[in-house]
Amino acid sequence: MNFDYNEEQQLLAESVRRFLARDYTFEARKQIVASESGMSDSIWATFTQISLLAVTLPEDAGGFGGGAVDLMATMESIGEALVVEPFLPTVGLGAKLVQLAGSEAQKSELLPKVAEGAMKLAFACTEEQSRYDLARVSVSARREGSGYVIEGGKRIVLGGAVADRFIVSARSAGDTADREGVSLFLVAADAPGVTRTNYRTLDGTRACDVRFNNVRVAAEAMLGPEGAALPAIEAAVDFATALLCAEAVGAMKFANDTTLEYLKARKQFGVPIGAFQALQHRMVDMFIACEQSRSMAALACTRVDTETDPVERALAVSAAKIKIADSCRLVSQESVQLHGGMGMTEELKVSHTFRRLTMIAQQFGDADHHLARYASLSAGQNSRGR
Amino acid sequence: MDLNYSAEEITFRDMVRGWLRENLPVELREKVVGYDHFTRDELLAWHRILAGQGWIAPAWPQEWGGTGWNAVQRYIFEEECGYVGAPPLVPFGLMMCGPVLVRFGTPQQKAHFLPRIYQGDDFWCQGYSEPGSGSDLASLKTRAVRNGEHYVVTGQKTWTTLAHYADWIFCLVRTGAADQKKQEGISFLLIDMKTPGITVRPLMLMDGGHEVNEVFFDDVKVPVTNRVHDEGAGWTVAKFLLSHERMNTARIGTSRRELERLKDYAARQTVDGRPLIEDPRFRDKLTRLEVELTALSITNLRFLDQLRGGRPPGAEISMLKIRGTEIQQMLTELMMQAAGPLAQPFAAVGEAPDFDLFTAGLAPRYANFRKTSIYAGSNEIQRNIIAKLSLGL
Repeated sequence: MNFDYNEEQQLLAESVRRFLARDYTFEARKQIVASESGMSDSIWATFTQISLLAVTLPEDAGGFGGGAVDLMATMESIGEALVVEPFLPTVGLGAKLVQLAGSEAQKSELLPKVAEGAMKLAFACTEEQSRYDLARVSVSARREGSGYVIEGGKRIVLGGAVADRFIVSARSAGDTADREGVSLFLVAADAPGVTRTNYRTLDGTRACDVRFNNVRVAAEAMLGPEGAALPAIEAAVDFATALLCAEAVGAMKFANDTTLEYLKARKQFGVPIGAFQALQHRMVDMFIACEQSRSMAALACTRVDTETDPVERALAVSAAKIKIADSCRLVSQESVQLHGGMGMTEELKVSHTFRRLTMIAQQFGDADHHLARYASLSAGQNSRGR
Repeated sequence: MDLNYSAEEITFRDMVRGWLRENLPVELREKVVGYDHFTRDELLAWHRILAGQGWIAPAWPQEWGGTGWNAVQRYIFEEECGYVGAPPLVPFGLMMCGPVLVRFGTPQQKAHFLPRIYQGDDFWCQGYSEPGSGSDLASLKTRAVRNGEHYVVTGQKTWTTLAHYADWIFCLVRTGAADQKKQEGISFLLIDMKTPGITVRPLMLMDGGHEVNEVFFDDVKVPVTNRVHDEGAGWTVAKFLLSHERMNTARIGTSRRELERLKDYAARQTVDGRPLIEDPRFRDKLTRLEVELTALSITNLRFLDQLRGGRPPGAEISMLKIRGTEIQQMLTELMMQAAGPLAQPFAAVGEAPDFDLFTAGLAPRYANFRKTSIYAGSNEIQRNIIAKLSLGL
């Protein structure tokens, strides 16, 4: 057993932390959020320079072959600073899907560009009726000639507003909710027939809805085996969820630190409000929630790196996401409440952290979704006699 | 024991309901249902319709336009308005300044201000909280120094709801010496917002909305005739007003409407190809919320029954604010959860004719409603009140 980060992990985390503390202040972030693209190219360039984009990419693509654990501390810093650049969509989801499902040719075309900061990816999977179910895919991929025609709409594509390439889940066979028959396709964001509607999300990041109208792609655009992409999709989303859990810990840590400071500084009735036991106990519960989330983020990140049984992996990730969703809710609500009216204002960072935590609680499945997934997977294990 | 309304009360309810059906403008109701913000003119439009009917200030004495309804009838009226989706009534004039003037005002103050409040001629806001004085309201620092027939007011108020719409503000100010007990030496002043020296600065909330403001007073001259009650008796007025504020916080009619809304919305969302409302996890949360609302509504009726029987409830009435706001918050949270991943969009960037504004409003509304457990005496303060006054702790 060893819960410490190794030297390389510490060095990376430290350089990210220092860089964000200097260049990603609350004021700087405000300007990025309000800018036209909603992200900063210079921040992205620095991510590239410090090799952040390459940590989890394979060595032959210019990467370091790392896993989720290698990014854990970095994700915490990203959560603390409320970074809006599409790091998780590009590296955690997009590049991971290419690594898991792509051919050698696809990997060598795309991954070095990701490592160089020249390619942003976005995974288009959510649909109007899909909720958090990855298998519920109604966007269709119809064979035509040697290629495919993609038709349908995707919603809430994280990082999609600035993506160069979409990875689209589409149904090449079967009914809407079948596990079989889901394929992945690489589609350029500027391909004919692709239209996107861009928007800012509650937490200040950018996402989009995408319409695929009679979009023709070559056979080489298919990522992974035809009709059997779901295992790779689930693995990539579990990987991204584990990273999201680590990000949540950083955001919670900030909310707790700043609330604790406020409890000590704010005076009413002649004493700091932190002198009131009713508030002390609530602060303690927030602290416990953050520590338990840290433990569960560690569980999720280590399991997605090492667990070969997809059921075991999914159980760990769902367990972590349940705990993290509940903790995000508690910490976000309480940090605002304990700040009083100030916590409600745009001008205090804690209200922005509230919004990020609210979104994290839902992204890649809310607590109810993961409760259902955990319950059904563990019931399956019991019936297999374990 | 009988938990039902009497035949007369049902007749009254049906009468109110029928009138609302005829007289609530569709466009105002649609704004309520669409979770839109109201302009000053829209708020006043509904105010004037009710004033025209003679129903704008049911609790006032009849000589000033009150309806003479008893507590149960007033409750029925409020809940019917909430349930049908009538615009909110701004409470600062009708439910705060008005009752204060009725209780403590001079004949001249009553004759001047009460009809204007009734007709909606003056839009009022409330100058209570200060940056250093929130829960500990009595520590307020805004000073009023007597100079002949005027007070000169200097200081700052904050969280002033709708100050940017207001013609008048009622303020708690310090007139006494610094060595006095903090509850002593406070006075209650009525201040014209057009007086030189007043600056209003918006405080943007995290959902992007402009509801509250900071109000700065820089040597603002206020006639002594605009003081309500004696100099130094402001805390008596404030306590009277705070107990008034807590009577209107359960918002059961509004929550009932929102609950129906939530059920309807959840029936149209799907999980695993079936309506979300059939999902046991979601349904249980919905049911718990409905039971909470039933419990609150019957508790509220018990308080009303006591009030009508001449045994007015004490500090325990604070529980209406605590549970009422928790229910409102939970309703917004479950609406957001029901939307699932679709609740993430906030604001369109560039051309977006298909952007779904309603769903995009659900998460901001959840964020906005966090205020309800903070404002009007935070829920922590309400618990302190029950602990101290009802339980003797």
